[in-house]
Amino acid sequence: MWHWSNVTESLPVVLRGFRLTLLATVLGSLVAAVLGLALAIAGRAPTRWVRVPVRAAVAFVRSTPVMIQLFAAWVLLPRLSVTVIGVGVLGVHYAAYTSEVYRAGIDAVPRGQWEACTALSLPRHRVWRAVVLPQALRNVLPALGNYAISMFKETPFLSVIGVAEMVHQANEFGSEHFAYLETLTLTAAIFLVASYPTSVGLRTLEERLARSH
Amino acid sequence: MPGPTDSAPLGKPRLRVPGDGLDRITFEGVVKRYGDNTVLDHLDLGVRRGERVTLIGPSGSGKTTILRLLMTLERVSDGFIYLDGQPYSHMHGPHGTLVPADEAYLRQVRSRIGMVFQQFNLFPNMDVLANLTEAPVHVLGLDRDEAEQRARDLLDLVGLADKAHAHPTRLSGGQQQRVAIARALAMRPEVLLLDEVTSALDPELVAGVLDVLRDIAQSTDITMLCVTHEMAFARDISHRVMMFDAGRVIETGPPERVFNDPHHERTRAFLKAVL
Repeated sequence: MWHWSNVTESLPVVLRGFRLTLLATVLGSLVAAVLGLALAIAGRAPTRWVRVPVRAAVAFVRSTPVMIQLFAAWVLLPRLSVTVIGVGVLGVHYAAYTSEVYRAGIDAVPRGQWEACTALSLPRHRVWRAVVLPQALRNVLPALGNYAISMFKETPFLSVIGVAEMVHQANEFGSEHFAYLETLTLTAAIFLVASYPTSVGLRTLEERLARSH
Repeated sequence: MPGPTDSAPLGKPRLRVPGDGLDRITFEGVVKRYGDNTVLDHLDLGVRRGERVTLIGPSGSGKTTILRLLMTLERVSDGFIYLDGQPYSHMHGPHGTLVPADEAYLRQVRSRIGMVFQQFNLFPNMDVLANLTEAPVHVLGLDRDEAEQRARDLLDLVGLADKAHAHPTRLSGGQQQRVAIARALAMRPEVLLLDEVTSALDPELVAGVLDVLRDIAQSTDITMLCVTHEMAFARDISHRVMMFDAGRVIETGPPERVFNDPHHERTRAFLKAVL
């Protein structure tokens, strides 16, 4: 049976969890964005000693479930707070994906751009900073945004190591008041309300970027 | 002729100057292979300081490869390239030997050579002025005002003084190519490589680009190597034409002579097809 009172009573609790969910998503996305770029560039290092281990690490992270990574980090790093572990693992996990996005974006920069850089004798850091990355980032921005949304919807996994994010809070409230139906529905609605407009916004951004080329 | 391929005796540096000492560019026994395909086959050639040479020949004959080797976009499979008598594709190794140049060495030497590409290759994320100042500021160490002044002078030279803040993608192909020429010149190269610079242009835009290049040829003593299908242009600006076939120079001489009185059968056939 549906009781509206359960909705109104659980709302403050669920929203408190939402703050943590949002925080984990924002920080995790930042880690994924920065680390993913570093991995993409390292994956093209001229020396095999950098390139091969980096690519292997990326493949490893991509091929194992995020939940097991969470447990593993939680066991291996007992001194860290669960929120830090949660943000770190989500960030690293998604960095493995965003590094592939960056890689594709970098590959899409025409070879002629690299050759023009050589013809002008540009130093390596200018090739990346002034020419390749500005062109690559433009292409990958929407895809990065989609991974951020995807991460947002995977934050409930953090509850397995005890991070008090939204679903965790909803579960607690549900078991205390025996009101799972209302609280979990409310949680789902909040996810929907937050992610749908964001994905629409990203699509608009994508179209605008495509047109301005 | 004993080339530098013969290893010098240990401890005794090689003293011989490649070419005859007057060359800006010297190729000695240069081979370029892609897999089983030999694009350049033991090529020897010299280009004088200030000389303007046009490379002609059927496509796939290795003309563009010569420019790409000089710009270090490709590495030689065998043989040596010298710039002003100094090793260019190679660098001095121990005991007077020459070893393939590493990236650090190439970075030092390649800034003396500039290149203009068929597809312009302007940086689409920068405006025209930034395209022209990027390398002078970050490679030559010019301060920004100086680099901008140089860029504006060059834009004036190529007739695009009003486009300093235009976006490259908003320009016509001919304008983009003139910006690309200015960008290469902003580095004050001693050698300018022109790789089919009008091939990607609509016919009505070709003349403007060639006019700019004629101006540069007349007003500077820059050494030019030019791959083109524009035979009239080749005749106008070059001191010498080199006819390529299958990775070798089969005929070379002043344009009047080569165009009016080709000696080689292959040259005659080629000129008949393109003129």
